[in-house]
Amino acid sequence: MSIDTELINAPPEKLVIDKVSKHFDTSQGRVTALESVSLSVREGEFVCLVGPSGCGKSTLLNMIAGLEMPDSGQILADGQPIRGPGSERMMMFQESALFPWLDVLGNVLFGLRLKPGLGDAERRDVARFYLKLVGLEKFTHSNVHELSGGMKQRVALARALAPNPRLLLMDEPFAALDAMTREQLYRDIQDIWTQRKKTILFVTHNVREAVCLGDRVVLFSPHPGRIQERFDIALPRHRDINSVDLASYATEITKALKRHLRPQMEDIAE
Amino acid sequence: MKRLWVSTLFFACLIAVWEILIRKGVWDSPLLPSPTDIAVYLTRGMRSGELIDASWVTSKRLFLGYFVSLVVGLPLGLLNARFRFVQDTLGVVALGLQTLPSVCWAPVALITFGQNEVSMFFIVLMGSLFSIMLATSAGVQSVPPIYSRAARTMGSRGFHTWYAVMLPASLPFVVSGMKQGWAFAWRSLMGAEIYVIVQKTGAGLGLLLHYGREVHDIAAVAGIMVVIVVIGLVADKIMFSPFERFMHKRWGTSKE
Repeated sequence: MSIDTELINAPPEKLVIDKVSKHFDTSQGRVTALESVSLSVREGEFVCLVGPSGCGKSTLLNMIAGLEMPDSGQILADGQPIRGPGSERMMMFQESALFPWLDVLGNVLFGLRLKPGLGDAERRDVARFYLKLVGLEKFTHSNVHELSGGMKQRVALARALAPNPRLLLMDEPFAALDAMTREQLYRDIQDIWTQRKKTILFVTHNVREAVCLGDRVVLFSPHPGRIQERFDIALPRHRDINSVDLASYATEITKALKRHLRPQMEDIAE
Repeated sequence: MKRLWVSTLFFACLIAVWEILIRKGVWDSPLLPSPTDIAVYLTRGMRSGELIDASWVTSKRLFLGYFVSLVVGLPLGLLNARFRFVQDTLGVVALGLQTLPSVCWAPVALITFGQNEVSMFFIVLMGSLFSIMLATSAGVQSVPPIYSRAARTMGSRGFHTWYAVMLPASLPFVVSGMKQGWAFAWRSLMGAEIYVIVQKTGAGLGLLLHYGREVHDIAAVAGIMVVIVVIGLVADKIMFSPFERFMHKRWGTSKE
């Protein structure tokens, strides 16, 4: 079944988050990370979740990945409730989380080896294909410590893409990189997204980054984590992070962010 | 290569100066053997086979004790890291016994097992087991949680996460624990061989050292100490340098 027929047969909503709440017990008492959050994501959509730290956006991503369970509400992927991690939902973290005891190829193979029904030669071909896609085919047998921060994130991206997930979850993957490297990766991720037709959920606290990448930007506010506003970004692809049109969207969203943050600040001040 | 030359030259000078000082009579004491005396003893010991037999007896005891320590200690370390119940029970016992200098096990061993190989084995085991177990446990606990989270999102779980992620991720700690365990095993065995005398199954290096003292043969005592140091160094290199090379390559840690 090709990707195109898959798109026709698939339900229109790739991901449905329905009134999800999540609490954590900390030394400071009970913290509400997310309170009744609802969000639908269409197949092939690029959605950016923006908000200050503590707004529960990473927690939401973890729950979609199946690493954590909601306290109430439910999350449906392709109409099925999420019960745990699955190879159709891959996650990328802020730190590359590459395994230092494996070389670059070994890291990309890790997820593939856990996918049944593939031969060893086939797995290697797939891994090499994705390393080429992220421009690292020359570094197949390099060790992780020999790579720069940007290259590490590319390997992490190849590792996440290799098992061919439909949904890619990215938790501030570019936050620790320098501006030049980030700009290159904005171009790459847009290329890959268009080529491979993935659904992407991208968490960031950088508004410009969100506007540059997302079809939609969803604004969260903290304590408790809630969705405040949603913005459709009607800019043509490929987008350049430095473009003027992009800046005007970013200004609008930043204003909204400050507006929603202010009452929170006053709460804390009292 | 340059570093090897520096070391070689340093030791050559050291030995030369030592020899000269004794020949000129600057150091004149029956308590200090010259390098030549030691060399003579070593050649004699090798020719008669006495030193080689003793080294063999000692090595057998050492490897048996250390091997069993590893086989028991590594899994116990994993269990200790994984289950709080183990940590609160066996872990506390291990922590306590680890602080006990291993030669303190000798009296217990002698009373319980008598003057035999079992005592010897028991002392080596008690000397190294707990440090291997605790180092393994500490290694596993220091693995960044992001590794297992990343592995789980890729579909790894349960046993697979343990052998494919937790174990290799904790390798640097586990190897340093194994090295520490090895050092403890070696020290325990020397303590045991000087203290526990087993005639039937052969004399180890510790016993030779003990005899050397009894007959006041200072050249023999010094010579045996040299053999003990050499065996320790060689074993350390043979057993651990493959791991260390691998870690240096992959993790980018410095080589010593």
